[in-house]
Amino acid sequence: MTALRRLGDGWGMLVLPLAAFLLVVFVYPLASVLARSLTDPEPGLGNYAAFFDSPVYLDVLGNTFVTAGLVTLVTLLLGFPYAYLMTVARPFWRGVLMAAVLVPFWTSLLVRTFAWVLLLRDTGVVNALIPGEPVPLLRNLAGITIGMVQVMLPFAVLPMYATMRGIDRRLLRAAEGLGATPVFAFWRVYAPLALPGVAAALLLVFVSTLGFYVTPALLGGPKDVMIGELIVQQLSGVLRWGFASALAVILLLVTGALLLVASRLVDLRKMIGSGS
Amino acid sequence: MRPGRIALWVLAALTAVYLVLPVFIVIPTSFSASSFLEFPPKEWSGRWYENFFTDPVWLDSALASLRVAVLVTLLSLVLGTAAALGMVRGRYRLRALVSGLVMAPVLVPYVIVGLAVYATFLELGLTQTTLGFVLVHTALAVPYVVITVSSSLVSFDRRLEQAAMSLGAGPVSTFARVTLPLIAPGLAGGAVFAFVTSFDEVVTGVFLSGPDLTTLPVQMWSGVRVQIDPTVAAVSTMLLLVTLAVFATAGLLRRRKS
Repeated sequence: MTALRRLGDGWGMLVLPLAAFLLVVFVYPLASVLARSLTDPEPGLGNYAAFFDSPVYLDVLGNTFVTAGLVTLVTLLLGFPYAYLMTVARPFWRGVLMAAVLVPFWTSLLVRTFAWVLLLRDTGVVNALIPGEPVPLLRNLAGITIGMVQVMLPFAVLPMYATMRGIDRRLLRAAEGLGATPVFAFWRVYAPLALPGVAAALLLVFVSTLGFYVTPALLGGPKDVMIGELIVQQLSGVLRWGFASALAVILLLVTGALLLVASRLVDLRKMIGSGS
Repeated sequence: MRPGRIALWVLAALTAVYLVLPVFIVIPTSFSASSFLEFPPKEWSGRWYENFFTDPVWLDSALASLRVAVLVTLLSLVLGTAAALGMVRGRYRLRALVSGLVMAPVLVPYVIVGLAVYATFLELGLTQTTLGFVLVHTALAVPYVVITVSSSLVSFDRRLEQAAMSLGAGPVSTFARVTLPLIAPGLAGGAVFAFVTSFDEVVTGVFLSGPDLTTLPVQMWSGVRVQIDPTVAAVSTMLLLVTLAVFATAGLLRRRKS
């Protein structure tokens, strides 16, 4: 009992069951992936060397970053004005804007992705509205971006709105009173205050897109394979366990490094819970 | 209004349409008689709904998903509420490490979790089993329960518990009759998050599913992946209507309260 006592007081002990559960179900499997990447098929760094020596796999990694960057950029361009408008709209319209963000947030991911397949395919609604030859919108980067931005927008808008709502708008009026134009006041006073929340939201969008599997796999084509899909291919197609594990470790390291940066900017726990 | 503000509203309106409208395409499409699912349907029929309710593959996967999601909700409520109580009220070693551990399942890409548990569960014979799915989904869902319950505990007035104790209630009855009712909104929010996380989870399911056990999202996944199975449109419509019904009810309840 004294050994247990040293872990914490009576209330503190209540975290133990969950911690033990996660160690067994979550941490142990992840640790075995790391071990496997270094031992299968033979001990050493062979799996990592195979990755960094091959232009094909490096292309997949580059492609993953480009796609995530594009998705993040479009999400910023649509999400920032949207979140800003929510802070200045009347309560009724703010509610409407909020509902429009929450409906996709709560709708099944597969239902939404399937809807995009129906809309974007050659015989789909979007192409029926565009005259002439069907424009390829599915099985390519356009398809991935359209689908992914819709998935990511709620995750960007909700925390950006939370940050911007906390900014005192009287600061803008003070700047204008001192002679700044509204545009100047916005960029020099408002934007710097919004920056940490916005940057963290975008970083989370970027990181989530990097490791996303479902939407890119269904809306992208053979040229747009991202690292998540490559992991599944290596496993289900050719059973290269060690190589798939090495890919997972690389993705995990990139994700972890970026999240570390994000956690310096804001409290990540608050961002995760912002959809409730 | 200034022209800038008008442009902002136009952009936001288009964004809102882009967020909400596309998904409704599944409703009319699901009633198409053709297996090419043309839109608008030339002929209407309910055959894809009939297919869902008569094909054991679809029905079994839906039941499996429900069973897993209910068990996940219960298990994550127990583990998550206990952990939240400990994290908010207790003292324990390695605080930063523990709270990092509890949040990690949300932050690690699901495809990595899928690969990891697949490898481990293959050795333990837990793939394609209800238990296997429940364990993984609970790990993914429990952070949301910890977050929602923690936030209702932070604003909790501990003097209410002291009052109950000083009036003669034991610790168990204080917990059941004072603490639990007061944190009920947090529990409810966590339960919804946990249920939805499990019911909608496809990535780890792709790894763990097989002939013995396939969940509904995985069944839908294979119905879209290679060649479109029109039954997916019917399932999507039903899921969408359930989501909207829950959403509308929650909205009405909130309005009544305020």
